[in-house]
This record gives sequence, structure tokens and C-alpha cells, in this order.
Amino acid sequence: MTEQSTKETFRITDLNTDTEFYCADDTSLLVGMERAGSRSISIGCRGGGCGVCKIDVVSGTFSGKRMSKAHISEEDIAAGTVLACRIIPLSDMSIRSKTILKPANTGSK
Amino acid sequence: MKKGVMRPGHIQIRVLDIKEALEHYRDLIGLIEVDTDSQGRVYLKGWTEVDKFSVVLREADEPGMDFVGYKVLNNDVLSQLEKELVDYGCQVEEIPAGELNGCGRRVRFDSPTGHMFELYAEKEQTGKWGVSNVNPEAWPRDLKGMKATRFDHCLLYGPNIAGTVKIFQDVLGFDIAEQVIDPEGNRAAAFLTTSIKAHDVAFIECPEPGKFHHASFFLDTWEDVLRAADLISMTDTPIDIGPTRHGLTHGKTIYFFDPSGNRSEVFCGGDYHYSDHPPVTWKAEDLGKAIFYHDRVLNERFLTVLT
Repeated sequence: MTEQSTKETFRITDLNTDTEFYCADDTSLLVGMERAGSRSISIGCRGGGCGVCKIDVVSGTFSGKRMSKAHISEEDIAAGTVLACRIIPLSDMSIRSKTILKPANTGSK
Repeated sequence: MKKGVMRPGHIQIRVLDIKEALEHYRDLIGLIEVDTDSQGRVYLKGWTEVDKFSVVLREADEPGMDFVGYKVLNNDVLSQLEKELVDYGCQVEEIPAGELNGCGRRVRFDSPTGHMFELYAEKEQTGKWGVSNVNPEAWPRDLKGMKATRFDHCLLYGPNIAGTVKIFQDVLGFDIAEQVIDPEGNRAAAFLTTSIKAHDVAFIECPEPGKFHHASFFLDTWEDVLRAADLISMTDTPIDIGPTRHGLTHGKTIYFFDPSGNRSEVFCGGDYHYSDHPPVTWKAEDLGKAIFYHDRVLNERFLTVLT
């Protein structure tokens, strides 16, 4: 198995949290972030449905899959507002994460 | 008091990509694909279900749930409940027989939580999949994935669950099997049943109307739940939480997401409820243990990630 050498990896910089991670060219930005151990973008359903991982793309190119119109309109996409779980980087990118979930509550006690 | 509503019969789920959705519901969860209609909707069922279908997938640009339907005893009950829903003040719409392939006349009504529900009396009965109704074998040998046996229930989020729960109790004859009560005495969650199952539908209070939390499918054993978890890893499917146990209903469970972000559950076990049983109560201040009995901590995602 020598297939992994064909993957390209891009540097993703989040201007909101001033952090960066590397994401492969076959992986969504959100999953790339998770695999890199970064937590700059909030994680939701990972399927384009819940809108939790909404970000602004500041620079760079990407390919995208369908996203729930309840969260992302045509105008949003034109303005570079997308769901991180539905885009795959085609170059180094700068983004601005938006949704910051509160830390998980402490449950019992 | 029972009013002739038998069970959850079908749920129509919106997905962003029907082909990807089939890989999830058919190949991973293991539902049986039974039909496709002229609108492109795909029909599926768990192998133990006698009626033709229980899950309908519709491609759309916004994931979530279109409606969930409950089967009633017969057409007299359907007409009676239709009248009672109108009298109660629901917006009621009649959907003609055949709008869903193999399904009879449906009575659709709205609710304070913003969800659409249906009642129907007739659906084509194709029998359990892969086994005969005479001298049936224990299970069919060529099931896929998690081998889910049936669509069991759904959990819905919306405002004014008290209003929707009242319709289910007073008009449809469901009982509250379990509930979550906050320190002010408000009901934050209600698990309702029209059978002896711990839940046939559940509601959690949330400001946004019409939200879909999950559709749940039944497995036989805890070993099956662990095997489902293995399959979730093997297929790199986004996981929410589990395998674990709920405090509420005590079901053993795992949650994961379909490729459009709709949450799925497979579970086994759970408590039973008869109509004379008082509701089981969980305190809202112990919600962590009520939802996730082992961690005893609620992850934010469980309350906020919805379609």
C-alpha cells in the first residue's frame, strides 16, 4: 500500500482563534481539524445539517458539498460563509470560525 | 386511555443526497430497501416489520423530518380521531391513499412544537422480510450492517412541548411513561407510549420549532449495540455518543449521524410501561445521569445539534 503519498496537505489558519492545522485534500475542513487535535471550529453533525460548524472563508480555494439551506443560503456561499464539514481544501486557506459553543455543562453533583 | 393508536408506523426524513443516505440507512443500519416512488422517495423497513415500509427518505436542500405517522386500529378509529383533532383545534389535512406507495388515507395534523404528525389505518402488508409467516426461521441470513429490526421511535425538539404532549395524551391516548421535571415543576422532556414500550415518541423543550433530534431503530442485544459501534468505526461514520446506557428508559444505546447530519440511534432493552403505571420522573438537575447514565455528564451537542 503506497497510496497515501498522493495526498496533498494544506495549511488552514483560523484568524478567530489564531490557530492553525493541516488538512488533507480528501478530507473536510472539520474532520481535518479534529484529526489534527485542534478545536477551533465547533463540531456538530459533520453532515451539513445542523449549522454548528459555520465559518467564513477569508482566502483560499475549496470544493463544497450540499449544505442545509436552513443554515447556508446562496448569498452566504457567495460571501464565503460555509459549513466546515462540507468543504474540502484545494489550497492553503485562511478562515474565521464563528460558532463558539459553551463548554459542556458539568451534569450531576 | 387508549384511543386505538397502535404504533409508530413511518417517518419521512429529508436528506441532502439520496445515494449517500442509502449507504447509511440500508447498508450501515441494515434496513431493507423496498420501493422507490415517482417523486424519487426511497422506502425502507426493518426486517421484522410486517407492513410494507417504515422509513421514507426524501432528497431536499434542508435535512430534518417531514412527518412521523402512527398506525391506528381501523378506518373507524381514523375518522373518529380526525374529527377529534379538528375539534381540538389542530390544522388537519387529508392525504389521499396512494400518496405514499402502499399506504391508505392519511390524516396529517400540526402541533405546537412545530412538527407534522400523521395517522393512518391501512398499509400494504408484505410480511416480515426474508422469513415466512408459517414456521418462521429465527432470522434471515442475508441482512446487512447493524441488522436493525424495526423503526422504534423518534425524539423531537420544539417549543411548548406541553401543548403537543396534551394532544398526544388527550386526543391520541398516549401515556407519559417518563418525564424530566425542573425545580419549578415544568416538564422539560416527555417520553410517551401508546404500547408497553418505554417510548413511542419523545419530546424535549427547545426554542426552535419543528426540530428533529433522532430516529431510533431497535436491536436485540447489547452485543448488537457494540457491533454497531464497530461498524460505525469501520465506516468512519460520525459518532455522537456511546455505546452507553440512558437513565431515562434505561435503554442501551449508541448515537451517530447520517451523511446529511440527521442523528440516528440504535438501541436495545429498556423499561416497559402499562397504562396504570405512574410516570417515572427524572429531575432536571440530574439531567446528565438521566440522559447518559454512565458518564452522568450531558454533552452540549446532544441538546444543540439538531436538524
